Amino acid sequence: MNEKAKNKQVINFTIDGRPVQAEPGWTVLETARQYGFHIPTLCYHEAVSPSGACRLCVVEAREGKWSKVVISCMYPPYEGVEILTDSPRVQNVRKWILELLLAECPASKEIRELAAEYGVHSTRFEIKNPTEQCVLCGLCVRVCDEIVGVRALSFGSRGTSKRVTTPYMVPSEACVACGCCVAVCPTGAMKSRLDQVRGDLAERIGHAHG
Amino acid sequence: MMPRVENAEELRVWREELVKARDPNQPIVRVCLGPGCLAQGADKVAQAFKQTIKEKKLAVEVRPLVKETGCHGFCKIGPLVNLAPSGLFYARVKPEDVESILDLSVVKGEVIERLLYSENGTQYKTAAEIPFYKMQQKIAMRNLGIIDPLDFEDVVAAGAYQAAAKALTEMTPEEVIAEVERSGLRGRGGAGFPTGRKWRTAANALARRPGPAYIVCNGDEGDPGAFMDRAIMEGDPHSVLEGLIIGAYAIGAHEGFIYVRTEYPIAVKNLRTAIKQARELGLLGKNILGTGFDFDLQINRGAGAFVCGESTALFTSIEGKPGEPRPKYIRSAEEGLWGRPTVLNNVETLANLPGIIQNGGEWYAGIGAKGNSGTKAFSLVGKVKNVGLVEVPMGVPLSRIVEEIGGGVPGKDRFKAVQTGGPSGGCIPYELKDTSVDYDSLTKAGSMMGSGGMIVMDDRDCVVDVARYFLRFLEDESCGKCLPCRLGLKGMLEFLDRFAKGKGKIEDIDELENLAQAVKDGSLCALGGSAPNPVLTTIKYFRDEYEAHIKEKKCPAGVCKDLITYRIDPDACTGCGVCAKNCPQECITGEKKKPHVIDESLCIRCGMCLDSCRFEAVKVE
Repeated sequence: MNEKAKNKQVINFTIDGRPVQAEPGWTVLETARQYGFHIPTLCYHEAVSPSGACRLCVVEAREGKWSKVVISCMYPPYEGVEILTDSPRVQNVRKWILELLLAECPASKEIRELAAEYGVHSTRFEIKNPTEQCVLCGLCVRVCDEIVGVRALSFGSRGTSKRVTTPYMVPSEACVACGCCVAVCPTGAMKSRLDQVRGDLAERIGHAHG
Repeated sequence: MMPRVENAEELRVWREELVKARDPNQPIVRVCLGPGCLAQGADKVAQAFKQTIKEKKLAVEVRPLVKETGCHGFCKIGPLVNLAPSGLFYARVKPEDVESILDLSVVKGEVIERLLYSENGTQYKTAAEIPFYKMQQKIAMRNLGIIDPLDFEDVVAAGAYQAAAKALTEMTPEEVIAEVERSGLRGRGGAGFPTGRKWRTAANALARRPGPAYIVCNGDEGDPGAFMDRAIMEGDPHSVLEGLIIGAYAIGAHEGFIYVRTEYPIAVKNLRTAIKQARELGLLGKNILGTGFDFDLQINRGAGAFVCGESTALFTSIEGKPGEPRPKYIRSAEEGLWGRPTVLNNVETLANLPGIIQNGGEWYAGIGAKGNSGTKAFSLVGKVKNVGLVEVPMGVPLSRIVEEIGGGVPGKDRFKAVQTGGPSGGCIPYELKDTSVDYDSLTKAGSMMGSGGMIVMDDRDCVVDVARYFLRFLEDESCGKCLPCRLGLKGMLEFLDRFAKGKGKIEDIDELENLAQAVKDGSLCALGGSAPNPVLTTIKYFRDEYEAHIKEKKCPAGVCKDLITYRIDPDACTGCGVCAKNCPQECITGEKKKPHVIDESLCIRCGMCLDSCRFEAVKVE
C-alpha cells in the first residue's frame, strides 16, 4: 500500500479544537491518549475489552447543532466529528459520578484522590458501608475471563445489590491465585478480597496433597 | 391434524371454504377473556355458556357457538359478552346471568336491560354506539375480541396469513421493505424508529456480510400499567407470527425469536399453540407455501428483568448471558444477536404489518398524523372512568383519549396530569391537554410515547410521590452495570425522600435537575437515559408543588405522610363512629352522636378514616 492510500484510511477529527488523526479501529479514548489528552477512566484497561460501565470517560460529540454525550472508551470517531473532553455537560456527568462514588466506596483512597482532582471533596449522599472500596467496574471479572481464562470471578445479583463474587458465592476452585485481578483493580478493593475468592490457601493445598 | 398447504392458492381456497362453511343462522356468543375480564371471572362465564348450551335444549335451529376471544378493550365493565348476529353487548356478566342471556337474548332476541352498559343516562345496546369504542380505530388489534385465537380455522377465516402469502409469492424482499417504508410505520415499542429503515439497514448489512440474520419479536412488556402487547399476544398471536414471517422474508432471516416475559403465561401458551398450528399448516418451517423460503421460530422467556426489554440486554439474554445492555454505537440491525444483522420489532409493530402488505403502504400512511402514521394502542389506567385498552389514530389530542374515550376522572371535572410512556415517560399537565399524541409532540413535551401506557392522575396524586414511585421502580430494575444509573437513581431518590419529609433546601430542586441531566447524559442504555423523565417533567410543570414541600412543609395533594395531619371537622361529624371502628391505631375517640377526635400522636396517616367517612368530616391538612 502506498503512503497516499494509507492516509486515506485515517480518520480526521478534532479533540478540544485540536485536529487529530485516528487509525481505523481506534476509539476516541485511544486517539486522545495518543495525543496526550487526559480523560479519566476506572473500568478501562488496555489488556481487556472495554465494557462502558464507569462512564467517567464521557466526552461530548458534536456535529453542527447535534450533540451527544458518549463514552470515549467505546465511541468510534468519524470524519469531522468534534470531541469535547471537558464541556459543561461532560463536567456535570463526571462531577456527579464522583460524588456518588464517594458515598458508594468511601474507603478507597484512589477514588478520593480522583474526586479531589475534579473538585469534588465531599458527598451529600448516604454512606451505607464505610469500608467499601469496590466500584463494580468489572475489570477483575474481565481479566480473569479474558486474560487468565479461568473465570473464577463473576458478578452476582443485580442492580443496587450487584457485587463481584465467585460462582455460587463459594471460594473458587478455579482460582489460580495469579493476582491479575489485584493488579488490575483501580481502587484496591480486590486486594482485601482475594482470600475470599481462593478460599483458605492452607486448606486448599492440604486437599491437593491429601 | 390440519392438511399442509402447498402454495398461496391453496391457502386462499381453504379460507374461502372456511368462510362458506359458516352457518349464517348460528348464533355466536363472544366472551372476552382479556386480562381485565379474566381477572373479573370471565373464564367462569365462558364455561357456564358452554355447559348450559351442552346440557340445555335451546329452542334454536343451530346450537350457539361460544368463542373465547382476546381483549375487547373495555376492562372497566368486564366480563364482556358480545352476541352475534344481534350485536347485543352485555357488561359485568356473571355466570348466573348466562341462562337468561341464552333464553331471552339468543333464543328470543330480547334485550336484557340490566346487563346493558349505560353512561350519562343513555343505555347502549351495541358496542359500536358506545363513545369508548366509537372514537377508536383498530388495525393492530383488529381481531381482538372477535376471533377465538386458539381456533385455527376461525383465525384463517379471518384472513390470517393472506398478507404473508402475498409478500412471499407476489413481492420481492426489496418490494416488501419499500412498502413498509412507504407506510411510514415507526416502532411501537417506544422509540419510534422507522421500521422500514431498520429492515433496510439489516438487509444491507446481510448483503455485505453473508451468513445468518435474525428477526426478534420484543414481547417483554414491562411497564407498570401497560398490557397492549399482552392483549395482542394472547388474543391474536397469529398476527405476530405473520408479521415475523413478512419481516424475515424482507431482511433474509431464516430464524426468529419471540422474547416474552414469563409473567405472561397465557401469552406464552397461546403463542406456542399458534407456532404449532402454523408449522402444521406449513407456514413455518421449510419451503413455506412452496416458495423455497425457510423460516422458523422459537420462544424465549424473560426471567422478570425489566431491563431485558432493552434491545441489547434482550439479545444478551437470548444468547444465554446475564441480561445487561451494551453500548449501541453500532446498530443492532448491523450487529445484533451473536454479532449478526438482527431486526428487533415490537409486538404491536408486527401486528400492524399484515394490514400494510394487504392494503399498501399508502393506505397506512393516510391514517394518523404527518410523520406519525397509523394507529397506536394505549392502556388507559389510573384515575379515569373507562379503564381499558384503546387504539386510536396517531395525532389525536390527549384530551380526547382521557376525557372523551376515557370519560375523564370519576367525580371530578379535570385531570391533573397524565403519565405517558411508562415509568420512564413524563407527566403531561392538564394545561397541555391538547397535545397531539404522537412520537414527536410527546417528546417535545418532555415525555415520550413509550410502549403506550397512560396513567391518569388527579388532584389527590402528589407529583413528588409519583416521581418517587417511578424512580423506585427503575432503581429496582436497574441492571447495575453503569454507575449513573445504579448510583444516580439511588441518589435522585435520596433527594426526593428528603422533599417528601419536608427536608432539603430550595436550591436542591435545581441540584436534582442537574443530577437528573447527568443520569440522562451518562447512562449506558435507555433505562437510565429516560429514568429521570418523570422527575424532570414534574419539576418543569409542577415546581410550585415541589417548593410547597420544602418551603411550607406541606403536601398540597395530601399524600406525603410526614407533611399531613388528619383532623375531624366537628361541624360535619355526626358521631356515627365508623371511623373509630376502622382506625387500626384505635386513636379516634368520641361519644356516640358527638364529634370525634383524632389523637395525632398515635395517627399513622393511613387514611382509613377518610375513606370510611360518609359525611366528608375527615380533613387532610
